Amino acid sequence: MTDSILDLRAVTREHGTGDALVQALRGVDLQLAPGELVAVMGPSGSGKSTLLNIAGGLDAPTSGSVRLAGTEIVGMSATALAALRRTSVGYVFQDYNLVPTLSAVENVALPLELDGVGWRDARRQGLEALDRIGLLEVADRFPDEMSGGQRQRVAIARALVGPRQLVLADEPTGALDTTTGEFVLTQLRDACDAGAAALLVTHEARYAAWADRIVYLQDGLELATQGAV
Amino acid sequence: MSVSHGILSLLEERPQHGYGLREQFEAATGGTWPLNVGQVYTTLGRLERDGMVEPDGATDAHGRNAYRITDDGRAQLGRWYAEPIARDGSAREELVAKVALAVANPAVDARRVIHVQRAETMRAMQVLTQRKRVASQAGDVAQRLVLDSQLFHAEAEVRWLDHCIAQIPEAPTMPTEGTT
Repeated sequence: MTDSILDLRAVTREHGTGDALVQALRGVDLQLAPGELVAVMGPSGSGKSTLLNIAGGLDAPTSGSVRLAGTEIVGMSATALAALRRTSVGYVFQDYNLVPTLSAVENVALPLELDGVGWRDARRQGLEALDRIGLLEVADRFPDEMSGGQRQRVAIARALVGPRQLVLADEPTGALDTTTGEFVLTQLRDACDAGAAALLVTHEARYAAWADRIVYLQDGLELATQGAV
Repeated sequence: MSVSHGILSLLEERPQHGYGLREQFEAATGGTWPLNVGQVYTTLGRLERDGMVEPDGATDAHGRNAYRITDDGRAQLGRWYAEPIARDGSAREELVAKVALAVANPAVDARRVIHVQRAETMRAMQVLTQRKRVASQAGDVAQRLVLDSQLFHAEAEVRWLDHCIAQIPEAPTMPTEGTT
């Protein structure tokens, strides 16, 4: 697939050596195209989070190829990788990871400012991003003044602000009730329908069911893929 | 199902007579599917007519005839275990019985049976979620809640299947299927 935003081929990841060798991933292939939401499921220790970290360049594979936005990142220098990550991929975590001393709009605008966008322009784009998801009213609130669901939705807006078109989300609904969790998935789904791509790690079937494809991992192997319906 | 599939699964392990099959069937399914011996012998009669089982030739101390599974019976049983259950009203009881029988039958890769079913249930959840999204966009709260009910049931099924996978000892090998 030549137009993949993310393209993993034969990826392995090992920790330790000898008797202590742990094979976290044992030859996983995964391609993600624009517009796709792909969920990764599997029991604890199956390699879900390792896969996500390798997909985003936060961890390096033991062997295999990882192409992010068309660029091979295995073997890339730390500086070049950091720059590519900043412009190509956004992360969403279970515990939101918003900067507590910045308001919602400042959090969303932060990646743009790190990329050298002037603060006025960055703030304008941040406000537009919040407006698109109906959260303009929390723009000037700090994270501890928002609900968990609002924080997570701000985190997703931050992950997709600017030129980035790939979201890597690790259990983003883990701390949320069912209704709020569905707001978060609606936002991810809408973003993908508008052309972004998202890789969602979740242990909850109800959220995985929002995906176009569901990859099931077990013991570091891709056991099955439930395709589009 | 499928009392007949349950009986074929038990006969795949060893030849038995109807009374023994009734006891084993109830034990294997944890009492979720009670049977009377008349049902068992009626079913055995149909299975024999259809060539799925045949008399073993042996009788026990009470003069009861044992039956054994035929090659056609094995093929029929293999198809049942290989395919997911359609999600209609009777599905859940059949699923519980099927998983219990698969676990009790050493000739069956119970994990594979469960994974096939899990994939089918996830597919159903994807369809329900798409329909729910349409209902939400149309502001149809009633339809959305009906779909939510179906989703909660399906979700509970997936959680139970995941629990089953975690409880069953690892098979020697697991085939990879449907990879992209």
